[in-house]
Amino acid sequence: MTDQSFFRSQADLLPERSPPPATTGVLGWVRGNLFSSWLNSILTLIGLYLLWIIIPPALDWAFFSADIAGDDRFACTSEGACWAWLDQRYNQFLYGFYPADQRWRVNIALLLLIPALIPLLFDKVPGAKIGRWFSLAYPFVATILLVGGFGFESVPTNKFGGFMLNITVGLAGIILSLPIGIVLALGRRSNMPVVRILSVAFIEIFRGVPLITLLFTAAILLPIFMPPNVSFDLVVRVIVVVTAFSSAYMAEVIRGGLQAIPRGQYEAAQALGLGYWRMMALIILPQALKISIPGIVNTFIGLFKDTTLVIVIGLFDILNIGKSMVSNPDWLGLSAEAYVFVALFFFVVCFSMSRYSSLLEKRLDTENR
Amino acid sequence: MKIAWTFLGAIVIALFSFTAHAGTLDDVKSAGVLKCGINTGLPGFAYTDDAGNWIGFDAAYCRAVAAAVLGDPDKVEYHNLTGQQRFPALASGEIDVLSRNTTWTFSRDVDLGFTFIGVSYYDGQGFIGRKSLGIKSATELDGASVCIQTGTTTELNLADFFRVNGMTYEPVPIETNEEARIAYLAERCDVYTTDASGLAATKTTFEDGDAHMVFPEIISKEPLGPLVRHGDDQWADIARWVLNALINAEELGVTQGNVSSLAGGSDNPEINRMLGSEGSLGEMLGLSKTWAVAAIKAGGNYGEIFERYLGTGTALGLERGVNALYTNGGLIYAPPMR
Repeated sequence: MTDQSFFRSQADLLPERSPPPATTGVLGWVRGNLFSSWLNSILTLIGLYLLWIIIPPALDWAFFSADIAGDDRFACTSEGACWAWLDQRYNQFLYGFYPADQRWRVNIALLLLIPALIPLLFDKVPGAKIGRWFSLAYPFVATILLVGGFGFESVPTNKFGGFMLNITVGLAGIILSLPIGIVLALGRRSNMPVVRILSVAFIEIFRGVPLITLLFTAAILLPIFMPPNVSFDLVVRVIVVVTAFSSAYMAEVIRGGLQAIPRGQYEAAQALGLGYWRMMALIILPQALKISIPGIVNTFIGLFKDTTLVIVIGLFDILNIGKSMVSNPDWLGLSAEAYVFVALFFFVVCFSMSRYSSLLEKRLDTENR
Repeated sequence: MKIAWTFLGAIVIALFSFTAHAGTLDDVKSAGVLKCGINTGLPGFAYTDDAGNWIGFDAAYCRAVAAAVLGDPDKVEYHNLTGQQRFPALASGEIDVLSRNTTWTFSRDVDLGFTFIGVSYYDGQGFIGRKSLGIKSATELDGASVCIQTGTTTELNLADFFRVNGMTYEPVPIETNEEARIAYLAERCDVYTTDASGLAATKTTFEDGDAHMVFPEIISKEPLGPLVRHGDDQWADIARWVLNALINAEELGVTQGNVSSLAGGSDNPEINRMLGSEGSLGEMLGLSKTWAVAAIKAGGNYGEIFERYLGTGTALGLERGVNALYTNGGLIYAPPMR
């Protein structure tokens, strides 16, 4: 007897074999993820059944048996959706009641938004430094383009509507609410009682009241208390209210980020001899804002969707344009089509914001968790 | 605290009275534009055409007033107002006249401090139901489920109607007209009730319109008309007589087409007085001699406006019914121009 039998030689090992076909490839994935147990199998089948009864009729309604041409709803004879209004009405969905001969100004303002945004959103583009100066100037350029002045014919803001009203209110709210939110968040954590109390009061008042109530106040109560002939522009009132409302939320999101910064960071900054503002700007806020990105974007998306609430004060954003179309006797009863169109528009915009935020998170990730 | 409230109240009252005593006519003339409150979208009454202009039965009245006062029917600034917004907007002076399918009621006229200047459309609450229900009258609706918009006078009218007739019903509360239409088609309720004009508009959207019927019973009075603020009688007179001129024009056969030629003078002294070739009605109102010519030219007489936006030639297809002239058995009647 030798020790040889105790040790297995290399030759005794079974040859390598490929894994069983049922655990690899598509089949393996299906088995592992969809039919791994009785419960999962049943849930999968129910899910498939639901998809089967929902998706084909939805596609059929929206595309296969839809009407796409015609002058009014009577031209839509098939069973499916009636998209004939798109051709007649897309201008209203885009520009609201903006004068037809001035619409090129809206187009230019929208086009200029791209060079204004790119240097802010992506830092690896050539000329980003100079581009950011343009980004700073953009709100003023866009305001002049849209409202008028400096040689442009003036367009009253009650002509604003559709997609452009949502973008105007949403963008103005987003641009203004972030800095105001930062100031409020810092104010709430300040040691100075007056600053702290004012910040807390602002945040709690605007966060504690529904946005619809604030819009009603701005639209209905304000004119009653103002002397006659003194009237603030309604769109400006809406922007102020929306900004104040989302600033309050923004402040709390950023405060959450500030609280996640360990005290050592403050102490290290102070040990370096940095004053309050430099400490905040160079050490604390860059870290706090990075942590808060999901919350900030969440607030942005919420703000953008809330722009449809202007419907309650009689402004014609894209949703209300859809509703007003349905009140034309020629297009009566097409609300499903209008709502689907508007929902699609909001999904595209909000999904882009969400994608960008996850890109930003990846780029700023320093793996210091 | 009490002093502060009193003070605040005094300011509010002062503002209100200041608004009320300023001459609306002068304000409109100096602004060069008539601020007119209309609906945010109601089939036939206020809606947008494909080019984005506000048109409709209510908007046509705004155009007539602007034409009479400013000489140009396009000088209207439409303010689209929701049901809650309309009265504060008028009270605060944000608009000069409200032409937004508003029912003339005692409390609105007296308590809210407005002046209704007439009735431009007699509406009333009715029911629509499937013919397959096998009933011919709303008085046979005992036990039916009824789709009803909440928070409106229609809800109260419905309760009154069923109580008076000793019947029971099951309300299916609904927020908007569009929701009600969908709920009714999905058979969530046996009948749907709202103003008769709204029922007719809804019915035109049904694929099988013949399977449904509007019951003959009209269970409420909804006289719709334009209104202005209390306290400026000259302005109220202008608003009232523009409407009356449109109605009288239909009775006298003055149309958008022939008003220009009739303005030079005709055999009928009443036409001449209205169109300004005789007498001085325009001056009495503080307007030009040709105020009524401009108003009629803007969109035609009452009947023409009705036919263009609501009548049987439109997608709504409303009959004149009680909104015919009194000479044709309807209720539309205007005092004489003399």
